Amino acid sequence: MFAYIVRRLLYAIPILIGVNLLTFTLFFVVNSPDDMAVSQLGDKYVTPEAIENWKQKNGYDKPLFLNPDAAGAARLTETIFFDKSVRLFAFDFGRSESGRDITSDVATRMWPSLAVALPTFIVGIGVNICVALMVVMFHGTRLDRGAVFLFVALMSISYLFYIIGGQFLVAKTWRLVPISGFHAEGQVWKFLILPVLVGVVAGIGAGARWYRTLFLEEANQDYVRTARAKGCSELTILFRHILPNALIPILTGVVVLIPSLFMGSLLIESFFGIPGLGSYMLDAINSQDFAIVRSMVFIGSILYILGLILTDISYTWADPRVRLS
Amino acid sequence: MLPRLAARATALLCGSLLLVACTDEPWNDPNPPSPEGMVTYQSMISPAPPKHLDPAISYASDESLILMQIYEPPMGYHFLKRPYELIPLGVEELPDITYLSAGGEEIDPDREEVAFSRYRLTVRADARYQPHPAFAVDETGAPRYLFSDPQAGRAFSEISDFAHTDSRAVHANDYVYAIKRLADPFNGSPMLGFMAQYIVGMKEFSDHLQTVERDGWLDLDQFPMQGLEVIDERTFEITIKGRYPQFSYWLAMQFFSPIAPEVDRFFKNPGFIDRNLTLDWWPVGSGPFMMVKNDPNSEIVLERNPNFREDYYPSEGEPGDAEQGLLDDAGKRLPLVDRAVFRLEKEVLSLWTKFLQGYYDRSGENHGNTNRVFDQAFVVGPDGVELSEEMADREISVSPDVKPALYYYGFNMRDPVLGGYSEDKRKLRQALQIAFDTEEYLNIFYKGNGIAAHTPIPPGIPGHVDGEAGINPYVYDWVEGKPQRKSIEYARRLLVEAGYPNGRDARTGEPLKIFIDVQSQAISNTSMNWIDRAFARIGVQVEYRPADWNRTREKLLTGNTQIYSHGWLADYPDPENFLFLLFGPESPLICKCDGANNSNYESEEYDELFRAMRVLPAGEERETIVARMVDLFRKDAVWLFAYYPKDIYLNNSWVHNNKRHGISKSTLKYVRIDEDLREQKRAEWNQPVTWPLYAAALLIVALLLPGVIAYRRRLKATARQ
Repeated sequence: MFAYIVRRLLYAIPILIGVNLLTFTLFFVVNSPDDMAVSQLGDKYVTPEAIENWKQKNGYDKPLFLNPDAAGAARLTETIFFDKSVRLFAFDFGRSESGRDITSDVATRMWPSLAVALPTFIVGIGVNICVALMVVMFHGTRLDRGAVFLFVALMSISYLFYIIGGQFLVAKTWRLVPISGFHAEGQVWKFLILPVLVGVVAGIGAGARWYRTLFLEEANQDYVRTARAKGCSELTILFRHILPNALIPILTGVVVLIPSLFMGSLLIESFFGIPGLGSYMLDAINSQDFAIVRSMVFIGSILYILGLILTDISYTWADPRVRLS
Repeated sequence: MLPRLAARATALLCGSLLLVACTDEPWNDPNPPSPEGMVTYQSMISPAPPKHLDPAISYASDESLILMQIYEPPMGYHFLKRPYELIPLGVEELPDITYLSAGGEEIDPDREEVAFSRYRLTVRADARYQPHPAFAVDETGAPRYLFSDPQAGRAFSEISDFAHTDSRAVHANDYVYAIKRLADPFNGSPMLGFMAQYIVGMKEFSDHLQTVERDGWLDLDQFPMQGLEVIDERTFEITIKGRYPQFSYWLAMQFFSPIAPEVDRFFKNPGFIDRNLTLDWWPVGSGPFMMVKNDPNSEIVLERNPNFREDYYPSEGEPGDAEQGLLDDAGKRLPLVDRAVFRLEKEVLSLWTKFLQGYYDRSGENHGNTNRVFDQAFVVGPDGVELSEEMADREISVSPDVKPALYYYGFNMRDPVLGGYSEDKRKLRQALQIAFDTEEYLNIFYKGNGIAAHTPIPPGIPGHVDGEAGINPYVYDWVEGKPQRKSIEYARRLLVEAGYPNGRDARTGEPLKIFIDVQSQAISNTSMNWIDRAFARIGVQVEYRPADWNRTREKLLTGNTQIYSHGWLADYPDPENFLFLLFGPESPLICKCDGANNSNYESEEYDELFRAMRVLPAGEERETIVARMVDLFRKDAVWLFAYYPKDIYLNNSWVHNNKRHGISKSTLKYVRIDEDLREQKRAEWNQPVTWPLYAAALLIVALLLPGVIAYRRRLKATARQ
């Protein structure tokens, strides 16, 4: 298994280079270094000298990909792309365009992201699996058909509606929890109730419907009929027989997300004022802060690759027949 | 098993709710408790945290909101008096200005030969910095926190981590040092290019620093700048080129705030920058407040600076201030609150809800909002727009704020169709001006919160004239004591005279189509439809070219636009700061720079008058020149339309001294909070509504029950069933 993991990690390098190249190209198609300078310096009295000075100070005074004035390898290395990309592979994210240390910001911001994402993830999976199993138990009945209708209805509602509706009803009208905010000290939980509730409810439709499909496939297997013939109760059949056998497809969709939980959610964090990495990314895009965008995309790619490796490993745990080689 | 579990969970939930419901404490309070005995002003930063808090770098009003509470530049503005009045802030008196010839002899200010102006300033004797570790020294008198390698300072990641602090008096050299920091190219100050035109020796100083080798902190005291001189510990002089009366206004901006060299050195400790310990994030000043927490992700906390000089609430203002209670605190020592918390608030719904719940003292700081959720605060009554009944019941007060600002759609005067200075081109532009009913536009899209501009100079700024004498006679008539837009028939006649009868080119028969460059996010479909209809009345078609700000800026720099939208917020309350928007050499096509004259307006007479006006002191001669310049602007019809934005801010009943200041942000020290009333109102307004919790519990049971019944029935069913 060790060799497998090492090989997968080596495969990650060209993927990361590709992702970095794509991010770089897309960003600089929309923004030039001059645009970035103006955005950072403000709209008033921005002289060409100030722009040049900013670019020089922040390392944007070189060509993007190819330096025709340099010789040999320096034609590639004396460029913005090389300067900004190589450091990423050493996990040196440098400083944002406004001068803050990105590593320090990421380290601070990932905890609020995790504080929201982890309970949403765990409670969400728990609720979705329980609801799906319940519906499977009444497969073919009116209850089942009603539940599927409800799932589709829940899936069709925009995520924004859940957020704004939740804020309006729970926080504004009923005054049960703060509408937004986050404080590490004191009662953190009261800021988490609403975003977690919204995250869970918004995910029930798609999640439970997906799990229902997986469980139904298992429910028609011979071993289920055997268990029923042995006189096992329905709950035992669902939780002891069907659930473990449906784990492989569940793990495929779930484990890959675990590392990405650190990255937070753009919408939830923005609307609920959670100072996590999701809102960090959104702010960076709004303020044309390429250093942060680049770093966050890089971290996101690494976590996703890590998630895929973890998924593979989890298969060996869920199904002893699986061997990684 | 399932019913038992559900029953237990329901009982637990109900039990917890009963317990919590026994207290009067609101459940939705988003603020952590304030320190005992400290009166805290609760506010917000919205929609994004400040990017820079170094006074040499920062140039955004959101940042000034924080900076101007911490720093004291030499000059400031009177809190209550209007028109805006300059007062000494960090210095004893207004600058003592002497005028010099090219040879350096003192001469009469009225003489043509004035080559330099010298500003002498004397620092207040009682001005002291906030307590800060940068000033802390050890037993030998050496700086306590000065490290030679990054490892030595690793233990410190917040300012509160430093156990020792100290302070000292503000010296004249600190002001000089701050100006040198503006000139240091390493700092990238936005003021460098502009100020180098005026301050003697600034450009040369900057060029020289560019060549100096740096290893950590660079002591700028080692490098003299020609236009700066420290006379003694409290007196310094700044020499600028020629006459530039507006320089006194610049002295009221954060760029000229004192910076202690030891503070600059402290933040250059190796490794500090990697933990965001920089002057850009931890400002250190002598103002009424000091920063104790800066978490740009969530909040900025200021506390009273214990070393703040003696400063008192003004005892005089403008007529009407006393009646509004704005002089009730006259003579009281400032600041009137101990602490201010600015929380990051990105979404308007959250901000508004927290204001209504009493968790924010005011509805905004920099952005009065009248066009989105705040609309629900107002209703249209018999006397126009007024507060809704709900707001009035809460005794919420309104602070209108006509900013010294402009939003406008300008013509590109070099455009082959709409530009030019011939009579027919003027008439064409005037016809378009008349067709665009600014008042209706403001009423529909801004709830009337804006004033149609007849001149580039907003109210409150010398040169702005109200009444009949102040109307634009090319677009309005004075009818029954108020301006009335000329008729559409008149606009059509102008179009005929301009060679476009019924909106068609008389030579080619082609319909006249005008192109408007707008920033995508700054215009809605409904307003585009409205503009279409407005011009359709004279037969003119409109096409929009939406783009982001970067692309719009590119078009302006290259003159590749026909009609563009823009805005301007004044730096200081002087007509020069508005009239320069039409000064020929400011055209991006002429200066090959990011000039302010985006209309590329060129008028020899206007430019001559501007040059004369710029150096004249306030007085009748200057007023006459300004009036003539405004006349030229109107006659040449340079802008399609313009308006002065009017922001509305709401204040909860426990907040006092709410007068808005269009220019200065240094007003937090005047705010007073009635904390007892705030606590009482918050408790009253925020009692939780608990029935939905019981209803939700019942709903869950109701949903589960059929399943449970069906499950039990299935378990008990026989094979036949």
